Amino acid sequence: MFSSTKLTSTKTDATKTSTAIDNSSSADGQYSAAAQGQLAKLWTWIAAHPKSIAAIILLISMTLFMTLNVNGYWDFALPLRGKKLLALMVVGYAIGVSTLLFQTLTHNPILTPSLLGFDSLYVLLQSLLVFFLGAISFTSLDPIAKFTLEIVLMFGASLLLFKLLFSKSSQDLTRLILVGVIFGVLFRSLSALIARLINPDDFVVVQSASYAQFNTVNPQLLGISLFICAITAIFVWRWRYQCDVLMLGQAQAINLGINYQRLAFGLLTVIAVLVATATALVGPVTFFGLLVCALTNRIARHMYHTERLILVSLVAMICLVLGQTIFEQVLDMAGVLSVVIELAGGLMFLALIFMSQRRSL
Amino acid sequence: MSLFSPRTHARLKSSTAPSASSWQSGTGNALHRRTVVPPWFINTASLILMGLLVLLSLSIGVADFSWSGILQSLLTQSANSDSSLLLVSRIPRTIAIILTGIAMAVAGMIIQVVLKNRFVEPSMVGATQSAALGLLVVSLLFPASALIVKMGVATIAAVFGMMLFMLLIHRIPPTDFLMIPLIGIVFGGIIEAVTTFIAYQTESLQLLSVWQFGDFSGVLAGRYELLWLTGALCVLAYIIADKLTIVGLGDNIALNLGISKRQVTWIGVGMVAMMSAVVVVTVGMIPFIGLVVPNIVSRLMGDKLRRSLPAVALLGASAVLLCDIIGRSIRYPFEVPVATIFGVVGTVLFLWLLLRAPSEQ
Repeated sequence: MFSSTKLTSTKTDATKTSTAIDNSSSADGQYSAAAQGQLAKLWTWIAAHPKSIAAIILLISMTLFMTLNVNGYWDFALPLRGKKLLALMVVGYAIGVSTLLFQTLTHNPILTPSLLGFDSLYVLLQSLLVFFLGAISFTSLDPIAKFTLEIVLMFGASLLLFKLLFSKSSQDLTRLILVGVIFGVLFRSLSALIARLINPDDFVVVQSASYAQFNTVNPQLLGISLFICAITAIFVWRWRYQCDVLMLGQAQAINLGINYQRLAFGLLTVIAVLVATATALVGPVTFFGLLVCALTNRIARHMYHTERLILVSLVAMICLVLGQTIFEQVLDMAGVLSVVIELAGGLMFLALIFMSQRRSL
Repeated sequence: MSLFSPRTHARLKSSTAPSASSWQSGTGNALHRRTVVPPWFINTASLILMGLLVLLSLSIGVADFSWSGILQSLLTQSANSDSSLLLVSRIPRTIAIILTGIAMAVAGMIIQVVLKNRFVEPSMVGATQSAALGLLVVSLLFPASALIVKMGVATIAAVFGMMLFMLLIHRIPPTDFLMIPLIGIVFGGIIEAVTTFIAYQTESLQLLSVWQFGDFSGVLAGRYELLWLTGALCVLAYIIADKLTIVGLGDNIALNLGISKRQVTWIGVGMVAMMSAVVVVTVGMIPFIGLVVPNIVSRLMGDKLRRSLPAVALLGASAVLLCDIIGRSIRYPFEVPVATIFGVVGTVLFLWLLLRAPSEQ
C-alpha cells in the first residue's frame, strides 16, 4: 500500500529535477550572467506558478482549437467547435477530478476508477438497459430521467464493486488491481455478449456507447453534464481540506476528527457520478486519468487538494483540447487521440509500477 | 508436484516469502496429498466428455442435417447433402476447435512453467498481440505473400514481443507473482493500441478485427489445415515435458540436473510463439483458455508435465468445444463468437482463482 509519505516523496523528486534543470541551464556558457539570472528567475517563476502557466496554456490551446483552419466559415465553425470544446473540457474535468479523488480515497497513486473496471461497468449497464428495454424505448427515454437512472444504477454497482475489491484484497495492492482489471475485462465481455444477443439495430446503439469517441458528442447530454459538473465541483471544493487529512491514512483521519464513513461515501458518490458523466459523453478511456494525475503530481508544488484539484482539471483539459487540435487540424488524423492517450497512459502506468517497485526494494 | 510454484521457489532462495503465501497454498497442499484423482481416470473422463461434445458439435448448425442421412449415404456408398455438409463444414470446424483448444491450453501451460508463474498465458505476455501486429504489418507491406510467410512473420513478431516482455519483468522479484500478469495485460494493451493505430491509419480495422476476435464460423475444409502444425508442436511439448518441468523447478535445480535452462526456455518460448501465431492467423485470439485450463488441471493432478499435459490438452479442447456449442445455440440461428463466450466464462473462472485464494490461508 502506498502511503501519503510516498505521495510527498514524488513531490521532492519533482523539486529535485527542477533544480537540476535549473543548474544545467545556468551552467550553459553561452548566456551572459545577467541573462542567466533572468532565465533562472523565469524558471523559478514558472515552477512557482504551475496553475497560472497551465491556465495560460489552456487558453492558448482553446484559442487554437476554435480558430485554426476555419477559413472564413465562422458562423458554421464556431458553434460546432464550441460545443466540442465544452465537451472536451467537461470530460477533462470529470476524469481528472474523479481519478484524483479516487487516489486520495484509496491512498494510492497508481489507481484510477477505470483501471478497476468502473467505466466498463457503465457500458455494461447501458447494454443491460438496451437489452431489457429495447433500443426504441431506450432511445426515447427522457435524457434526464435516463441519465439519472444510469447514475443511480452506476453508483449502486460501483459501491458493490468497491466493497468487494477493498474488503477482500485491500491488503495486497497487486491482487486488487489485477482483480479490478479482470472485472473490467469481464464487464466488457458481458457487454459484448449482450451486444451479440440483441438484434442488429439495438447492437448499433450499444456499440456507439462502448468506444471512446472524442468527435461525436451527444449535445443533449452536454447540458446535463455541465450541470452535474457544477454541482460536484461545489461539493468537492467544500471537501478539499478534509481530503488533505484523508491522505494521511484512514486511522489518522478518523483520529483527527474526520467523519470517515460519510466522507468516503460522499467521495465515492462523486466519483461514480463523474465516471458515469465522462463515459456517457465519450466512452471508456482506461489510462487517461492516471496519465493526468501523474503529470499533476509532478508539477504541483505540494499535495494539497486546493492546488491539485484545479491543476488536474487544467492539465486534463490541456491534454484533450491541445491533443484534439493537433490531431485534427495539424496532423489531419481525427480519430486517433483516444488511441494515443491510451498508449501514453499505458506506458505511464508501467513507469509508475517500475518506479514504485524500485522504491520498495 | 508443485515445486516450481513461486512459493516453493522463494522458499528455496530465502526463508522469508512475504507476499507469496497466498493462493499457492492450494497447490502446495498437493505436495502432501499427492494426486487424489489418478491420471488415467481424469484422462478417460475428459476423453469421454470430449467425445460427447464432438458429437454434439457435429450435429448443431443452421443447415439441415441428420445422422440417418449419413448412415444412408454410408450404406448406399453415395454422397448426399448430409455427408458433404459433414465433410466440408462440420468436421473441419470441429477439428479446428479441438486443435485450437489443445494448442492454447498447452501453450498456456508451457509459458506458465517457463515463467514460473501460474497467472500468465500467451495473451498476457504479449504473444498473441504481437502476432497480430506482425500479421497486420506483413499484410500491409506484402499483401501478396504466401500464408506460410505471413505466419512466419507473425511467429517472429510473437517471439520478439515475448522477449521484450521478459526483459521488462526481468527485475520483478519472483515473490511478486501477481505483478507479472498485471504488467502483461498492460503490455498487451499497449501493443494492441499500436496495432489499432496502424490499422486505423491504413483503414484496415476490419482486417484486424478478424484476428483480434476468435471465431470459428469461417472455418471450412481448406481453411484450417495450418492448425495441424500446433498438434505437432504439442507432441514435441510432450516429448520435452520432463525438461520443461525441471526448468520450472528453478535455476539451481536445472543446473544441478544438467539441463541447459537457456536452451529449454528458448524452445518453450518459440513453441508458445508459434502456437499463438498459428491460432491468431487461422481463427483469431481466444483469451483465458491458456490460463484457466492449466490451473484447473494442476489443481487436480499436480505440475509434472508428462503426467498432466494430456489432461491439459483434452480439457482445453473440451472447454473450447463447449463454449463454441454455447455460442452456436444461445441465439440460434445466429452465432456468438467463441471469444465472446470465453471472455465471460474465462474471466469468471479467473476471478474465482484469484479471489478464493486469500480465504485458504
